[in-house]
Amino acid sequence: MLMGFHHNRKEMDMKKLKVGVAMLVLMCFAGGTLAADDLAQSVALHQAALDMIWLLIAASLVFFMQAGFAMVEIGLTRAKNAGNIIMKNLMDFSAGALFYWAIGWALMYGSDVGGLFGFSDFFVSGTDSVLYRDWMFQVVFAATAATIVSGAVAERTKFTAYLLYSVVVSAVIYPISGHWIWGGGWLGSLGFHDFAGSTVVHSVGGWAALMGTLALGPRIGKYVTNGKKVTSKAIPGHNLPLASLGVFILWFGWYGFNAGSTLSGTDLSMANVAVTTTLAASAGAVGAMIISWIQFGKPDVSMSLNGALAGLVGITAPTAVVSPVGAILIGLIAGVIVVYSVEFIDKVLHIDDPVGAISVHGVCGAWGTLAVGLFSTAEGMKGLFYGGGFTQLGIQALGVAAVGAWVVASAGILFFVIRKFNGLRVDATDELKGLDLAEHNAEAYSGFQIFTTM
Amino acid sequence: MKLIIAYIQPGKLSEVKQELYKKKIYKISVTNALGCGQQKGYTEVYRGIDVEVNLLKKVRIEIAVNDSFVDATVDAIVAGAATGTIGDGKIFILPIEQTIRIRNREKGSPAIG
Repeated sequence: MLMGFHHNRKEMDMKKLKVGVAMLVLMCFAGGTLAADDLAQSVALHQAALDMIWLLIAASLVFFMQAGFAMVEIGLTRAKNAGNIIMKNLMDFSAGALFYWAIGWALMYGSDVGGLFGFSDFFVSGTDSVLYRDWMFQVVFAATAATIVSGAVAERTKFTAYLLYSVVVSAVIYPISGHWIWGGGWLGSLGFHDFAGSTVVHSVGGWAALMGTLALGPRIGKYVTNGKKVTSKAIPGHNLPLASLGVFILWFGWYGFNAGSTLSGTDLSMANVAVTTTLAASAGAVGAMIISWIQFGKPDVSMSLNGALAGLVGITAPTAVVSPVGAILIGLIAGVIVVYSVEFIDKVLHIDDPVGAISVHGVCGAWGTLAVGLFSTAEGMKGLFYGGGFTQLGIQALGVAAVGAWVVASAGILFFVIRKFNGLRVDATDELKGLDLAEHNAEAYSGFQIFTTM
Repeated sequence: MKLIIAYIQPGKLSEVKQELYKKKIYKISVTNALGCGQQKGYTEVYRGIDVEVNLLKKVRIEIAVNDSFVDATVDAIVAGAATGTIGDGKIFILPIEQTIRIRNREKGSPAIG
């Protein structure tokens, strides 16, 4: 019985197969080129759909990094300023996005003028979904650059001053250097390679943070002068769990930041990018932990967290062109650099940077950009360690210097102008009272007893 | 033996400690407090509604001293905490009946150290 059943099914299948093949052959003769066109169109649509889906998901991941920045900054500063930090982070995205829509995108990706800036597509509008998709992906990058500064200038900046800064950075400073590299400008044409923005995003934020902290001065009580000697005092962050949550969120978002920068849903190298990103972040955390263990006697929590971020910033430029071993080395070196840089900036230069933004984003952003010239394995732009000589390294160094000069100059002027016409810093009583009460008339930690006297 | 209780502005604590150290007074106990005297409160706004905050953040210092150190301690606290404005704080001096060091059961003036 069983055999009989089996036999019948096989016959049925053969019959179905024969009919199917006959139909297909008929269809081919009847359809001809029409079927081929339909197929091509269908493939193109699916390609576009994959790009669209991947880039929008990646954009959402990068957007979530705003929460990461907010948590890191709140965790590493005092509770009495938490509400103000929330506002600054909320606004540098919100106000920044509006101005990036109005002006920034046009200057960054508009029709090129002399290789220096773009000038079309102001007030982004129309129905082109691809344009919207690209704007969506880019606005979250612009907002990332802007929000880097809020950590460095925390706890003593006037809210109005910060709003003004956010607007100008998103509308002008970030887009112009961005145009040079990604928008069809002169640096990109020279072969400068910055895959996801070690320079375009992170260095811009880092150098702007440097100018902000210089214009602002340190928090009250941070540096104590005794005759000729200046001692740096610790102003500990009030919530390391929040800081760590912030770092994990940033790391998570970075998968959109780096892997999304393939700008395509069918570029399978996004997996390579995700792996190099992961390895560099891990190596950065481990490197910073080891150095802090040696320097301070115990593995330091916040330094290790900064180390992970340093590794991430460092791999952002070279992520698509380095091997796993290269990624580990880049991350490790970034983790080591960041510890020494934080100490140098604090104890030697006496620049007060509550979250280490200058070190993590400025210094490690420069390192990551140069690392392309050392570790790149890509054809036509091999790095120094892979037999490519100094060519790529030279171009990378030129880019670091050019963007550095642009941001130092423009942000320097910006902060100077804000200081002169609006005021940059809150007065001493407000700073001691806490910016939550002074600037927003509301406490973030209402009902908490906060045991601090600074 | 006297117990000196002082309520000061939180931001002044490090200055008060410096002044006390200058006078060789190292033993001190510090707690958070909420309070107000002649200082009125302040208003916050929570989602459109005014919030009257009448209890301000203060720091309460307790120092147990031998009688010979009372004046030095009071002077140090005043030197560190005074700004001349309402809200500088107050110092209270109470008598202590007995002091015992837990470590070795010492009693009286030597226990205050």
